[in-house]
Amino acid sequence: MTIIDEPKTGEKVDAADLGYEHGRGHAHNHAAGDTDRPVGFGRLQRKEDPRFVRGQGNYTDDVVLPGMLHGAILRSPVAHARIVSIDVSEALARPGVRAVLTGKDLEPLKLAWIPTLSYDVQAVLATDKVRFQGQEVAFVIADDRYAARDALESIDVEYDILPPLVDARHALDADAPLIRDDLEGRTDNHIQDWECGDKAATDAVFAKAEVVVTQEVVYPRVHPAPMETCGAVADFNPVSGDLTLYETSQAPHAHRTVIAMVSGIPEHKIHLISPDIGGGFGNKVGIYPGYVLAIVGSIVTGHPVKWMEDRSENLMSTSFARDYIMQGEIAATRDGKLLGLRADVLADHGAFNGVAQPTKFPAGFFNLFPGSYTWEAVHGKVTSVYTNKAPGGVAYACSFRVTEAVYFVERMIDRLAIELDMDPAELRLKNFIPASAFPYDNKAGFEYDSGEYEKTMRHAMKLIGYDELRREQQEKRTRGELMGIGISFFTEGVGAGPRKHMDILGLGMADGAELRIHPTGKAVVRISVQTQGQAHETTFAQIVAEEIGIPPEDIEVVHGDTDRTPFGLGTYGSRSTPVSGAAVALVTRKVRDKARLIAAAMLETRPEDLEWEKGRWFVKGDPSAGKTIQEIALAAHGTMQLPDGVDGNLDAEVTYDPPNLTYPYGAYFCVTDIDKDTGKVTVRRFLAVDDCGTRINPMVIEGQVHGGLTDGIGMALMEIIEFDSDGNNLGGSFMDYLIPTAMEVPDWETGFTVTPSPHHPIGAKGIGESATVGSPAAIVNSVIDALRPLGVTAMDMPCTPARVWDAMQGHAKAPI
Amino acid sequence: MHVTMTVNGSEVERDIEPRVLLVHFLREDLGLTGTHWGCDTSNCGTCVVQLDGEPVKSCTVLAAMADGHTVKTVEGLEQGGQLDPIQQGFMEEHGLQCGFCTPGMMLTARALLDRSPNPSEGEIREAISGQICRCTGYATIVRAVQWAAEHEGADAAGGGPTNGQLETEGAHA
Repeated sequence: MTIIDEPKTGEKVDAADLGYEHGRGHAHNHAAGDTDRPVGFGRLQRKEDPRFVRGQGNYTDDVVLPGMLHGAILRSPVAHARIVSIDVSEALARPGVRAVLTGKDLEPLKLAWIPTLSYDVQAVLATDKVRFQGQEVAFVIADDRYAARDALESIDVEYDILPPLVDARHALDADAPLIRDDLEGRTDNHIQDWECGDKAATDAVFAKAEVVVTQEVVYPRVHPAPMETCGAVADFNPVSGDLTLYETSQAPHAHRTVIAMVSGIPEHKIHLISPDIGGGFGNKVGIYPGYVLAIVGSIVTGHPVKWMEDRSENLMSTSFARDYIMQGEIAATRDGKLLGLRADVLADHGAFNGVAQPTKFPAGFFNLFPGSYTWEAVHGKVTSVYTNKAPGGVAYACSFRVTEAVYFVERMIDRLAIELDMDPAELRLKNFIPASAFPYDNKAGFEYDSGEYEKTMRHAMKLIGYDELRREQQEKRTRGELMGIGISFFTEGVGAGPRKHMDILGLGMADGAELRIHPTGKAVVRISVQTQGQAHETTFAQIVAEEIGIPPEDIEVVHGDTDRTPFGLGTYGSRSTPVSGAAVALVTRKVRDKARLIAAAMLETRPEDLEWEKGRWFVKGDPSAGKTIQEIALAAHGTMQLPDGVDGNLDAEVTYDPPNLTYPYGAYFCVTDIDKDTGKVTVRRFLAVDDCGTRINPMVIEGQVHGGLTDGIGMALMEIIEFDSDGNNLGGSFMDYLIPTAMEVPDWETGFTVTPSPHHPIGAKGIGESATVGSPAAIVNSVIDALRPLGVTAMDMPCTPARVWDAMQGHAKAPI
Repeated sequence: MHVTMTVNGSEVERDIEPRVLLVHFLREDLGLTGTHWGCDTSNCGTCVVQLDGEPVKSCTVLAAMADGHTVKTVEGLEQGGQLDPIQQGFMEEHGLQCGFCTPGMMLTARALLDRSPNPSEGEIREAISGQICRCTGYATIVRAVQWAAEHEGADAAGGGPTNGQLETEGAHA
């Protein structure tokens, strides 16, 4: 096992920056007698943990306000039907029921429909018809949650059933049912077309290619399923006109703005609080009807109203993920030089186009589909359609469709390797973008910032013992055993984004940060992003600590409360470190520069004669003459005559507009064994080597990777939301929507290399979604690799025993 | 109906509806909101508490069934200002992220260590297999339980770095 020093900020990193972490070997050897209070990057226990391990977190459903009532939503039992009538009289007469809202009640408030994050509209409560099973139809407000649920049973809705559209492949058929007849002039289910790359150049490359392979790659509909479902507590004060809203929101500032726009409540009167969140995974980015209903309910009843959905509601009605049907073509020379790549995607967006993504990127960052390789030309095309299903698409650690892009290209590379009868590792090594080519234009619109792919790949191959595994596989194959080795080498794109071309509903994707050093040298840093478990309260304190030398325990990180934090776009797309982390580094440097001016006055010297060491300005050549940041903070608030141009106190604020995304990457290897009598897949080993540039807290990174790898096993082997021909959701509870437990996952192996982002203030890239993005292809590729002796060249997720069994019999089916 | 039970060492009495689930009784009647509610089909285990020392899913127990019994929740793990080793282990080994599954996981792990002081990795994984965690990928939870097993009976805070201390990977042997 090799574990090496973490590189320092800005330090040029070379051959030494390779690491491996497995089991408990990383643990806690303290340098004995180290009495210095440590600052900076490294393994640091989390500031969040003491409250969580005592049951003292404060999640939305823990919020209790005086007089608070409870809301519950009546949902459509069918996928597509006209609403003939809704009778709420019996429900209203029940004890404890305060109000029952229907779409008709919301229409005069102009709240029956609200805008989505993709400039479509979605129904809050259905007025004309229902468009997916589980859609919101009525809202009951009662004294407690039991009474509210009881009353749902007493609402009588008459539906006139319409034929549902379930299969996206038939969405554009001439006789397909028209789902969105609410939209003026609309005659079909087509949402949008989008293209990237160069079609003519790609056609030319394919025309001359020695080898062309065609493959359909389906990324089925799945769901982020955070352990805590979505919910809100709305408290409208009719006297002051203030709305206080506790919400499971990953983007509290953006939510406040959108709620102001739709509700008419002025933005300065909306106090939005995202308290502790029990996981988000992209599920908690958008605005759900339940939030709006809690607000309306509070206004109507004059009481605070809590709405918490249950698991089935969460799975059936909140943002799904993926659902991309991808037709791929790959062109190459016979000896394995990649030439061209085509992707033609059909995207199922459900009944309302509610995809959460930057406005100018209707297929998210699918632009990353060329992956980690050099091509002569590429062309990507995505057509999105409506179906009778819940809205969503971008969620579940997808980095705006990078999951789909990476899964696509990594499946295609393996498909070509099979065609060429070439080792898939060798094929990748032969075609990587060379380190010298960065920053690199990927020919689909994105410029990768940095990468040393070959080095990272070879490091991973060594750690997993690749050649030895191939030998073991050969031996097992002679005995008829099914063992597979799968590879995924991915390039992520995270940190949206430059405001010149990235916005959500017109809000530029920059993030603010404010830092205040108190007179006693303790600090508070206020950030615009919102942790859902990613440890921002710890790691953002580490960034401040690294930059200014105050110990992390003396630094409070404030987030999630729109009255107490600067504006910004929230946490998703692994954007916290790239954008908000940069803002925090820069605001700390701004404070440090101010401290330098004050220190110079204190030391009666010129600022340019001072030198910085962590936590202290001192006179060049005379290290004994210096002032600590704590001494400077006290002076900044004291009676000392401050230098010209320096106002009192020690604080600053910045808004960071990133120049580019960051492009972390990784080399993942999966070893699976398949039971040839049952088709059951066991992941025996999984190695993830990630490179996210400068590593702020390796312990937290490791945890992020472990969680994402588990997502990968879930998606690759068991998770799917399917529908029957009537539009019934077949994955609407944890009885059917299967998530890995401790029994299905291996003891993860992780490693790292360090290739800093050149444009980021501390060289750090995002990491949170890398493992979810990178791992499914490695697992599915390993399953296909295991089944190669049976002639299998492709199969789609999830690789359940039944579906693997079908593939073994030669009739692998595409998921619906 | 009237129920009486011992919760975290204190006797509580309430008048409740017979249909009230134990999870809601704990959270809403007693204000013990460390116990969570993550599904509606008894799969996720975020609601696990100990009933007479056995881990149970409190969403699948009526509060009335706990009448006359002893309940322990996450709020009862810390004793006399001293964290239970299992709590300390979760912090030491980064066995939690969002914290939502954590209380249930710790109550199950506590019961496991009470009956099997030195569990194997396989035993730990099986013990928590009725519980879902979306953040950690389980490996660090396994390490957390192992940490607690190794530090049972010792001064829990003395076995590793206390919160707020930082080490770089370079400091590792």
